[in-house]
Amino acid sequence: MSVSVRIPTPLRKVTNGEDKADVDGNTVSAIIASLDSQFPGIKSRLCDDSGDLRSFVNIYVNGEDIRFMDGMESGVNSGDEVSIVPAVAGGN
Amino acid sequence: MPHVKCLQCRECKTEYPIEPLNACEFCFGPLEVAYDYNSVAKAVSRKSIESGPNTMWRYHDFLPVEKESAVDISTGFTPLIHAKNLGRKLGLDHLYIKNDSVNPTFSFKDRPVSVTATKALEFEFDVLACVSTGNLMGSVAAHGAKAGMETMVFYPADLEQGKIQGAAVYGPTMVAVEGTYDQANRFCSELADAYRWAFVNINMRPYYAEGSKTLGYEVSEQLGWKAPDHCLVPGASGELHTKIWKGIEEFEGAGLIEKAKTKMHLAQAEGCAPIVEAFETGNNQVKPVKPETIAKSLAIGNPAAGPYSLEVLRETGGTGVFAYEDSIIDGIRMLAETEGIFTETAGGVVISSLKRLVKQGKIKKDEVTVAFVTGNGLKTLEAMGDFVDPIETKPQMNTFQTKLSKRRD
Repeated sequence: MSVSVRIPTPLRKVTNGEDKADVDGNTVSAIIASLDSQFPGIKSRLCDDSGDLRSFVNIYVNGEDIRFMDGMESGVNSGDEVSIVPAVAGGN
Repeated sequence: MPHVKCLQCRECKTEYPIEPLNACEFCFGPLEVAYDYNSVAKAVSRKSIESGPNTMWRYHDFLPVEKESAVDISTGFTPLIHAKNLGRKLGLDHLYIKNDSVNPTFSFKDRPVSVTATKALEFEFDVLACVSTGNLMGSVAAHGAKAGMETMVFYPADLEQGKIQGAAVYGPTMVAVEGTYDQANRFCSELADAYRWAFVNINMRPYYAEGSKTLGYEVSEQLGWKAPDHCLVPGASGELHTKIWKGIEEFEGAGLIEKAKTKMHLAQAEGCAPIVEAFETGNNQVKPVKPETIAKSLAIGNPAAGPYSLEVLRETGGTGVFAYEDSIIDGIRMLAETEGIFTETAGGVVISSLKRLVKQGKIKKDEVTVAFVTGNGLKTLEAMGDFVDPIETKPQMNTFQTKLSKRRD
């Protein structure tokens, strides 16, 4: 099964400029592991040493913030869109 | 901008050039403008500031742009009013209202946008864009008009008419996004990667956020070069709260005021109070919420500056406080009926929260307190509901007198 992941600008040096990646995995954490095997080092940008998502990274599955789902264990299905978005945006 | 050094990640301190960038590529932390504060301190004095224009640009030495090229529609240096009537009602002798609803587009947003529009021209952008809960888009559209730029404003479709029309009049491309502000914000973060636009609160955020510091400078100057004992600031993303404090700290660092002991309080609405919730439960992380509040300008469930706002609350001994939804309109009317200032729902949140803080004993009678009123009431008329009950009369003395005496019984 393949899931499309949107890569934000700050990560594109790691993805050789690619703004999208197609990866396999049925949870968000599996998706990140799969991304890391394609683009080594990307996981350490997204997660801290204990494997938790960094506080300034938001991940969305089909537009829904994974913190409203099951966090890193949120389920992902084939054809879903996963979006990685820097948290520092918006507001006053 | 002779005093600007670079952009720097607030978390891991990595330095970046002065470019339209907002997030660190190593840890995703927010980038902020770093200054050479020795050089700032040498350049400014109380006298030099006092002889500047009666706008926010009197503080240009603390801003990351050249004042000569400022996109200026005469923002800032708004009144600081000694609110004696409201103070008497609440039991405060030195209550001040910082009335920022009298800016050119009727909210504090003109401060950050004036800085950002200036910077966007410097970076040679053609398009000024934003994602907004209402006030910001009016300001972006107005500054874009003044600067001769194309403007694009994105907003959650259910906003108040006053904010929609109040932005549309300046001629931007209006984009009504289905869903909440947080959804529109996520969408715009993706757009900011795809188009070369100056999104004021996304890729231009480091410069944008700096504009709000001027509220901290102004209040200190207007109190006779002295920081207040208490500030009460409305909270959406939490950025305004942190930047008013940054302004006070910078004034202190430049030797313009004595050491500040200001308690920086934050007010949110009951239906969207993620920062206050984290404060009350002792968390360092802010858990996002799905907003359900009439204070739409504060309806950000996923506040970008939440962790830093929490830091400021704890560092300064401030309190995070929320206003009950059914008290927000009371807050608006109380300010209007005592001080003659008609604020929007965010201001209602502030006044109602102020009442709670005083009741909780957090603010004492003789302490100098500044409540920030950041937007104008005419923009959120529909939130007021049907509260007008006129005497209806024929243009005839007897009818009127009968009806009047009935009303006054």
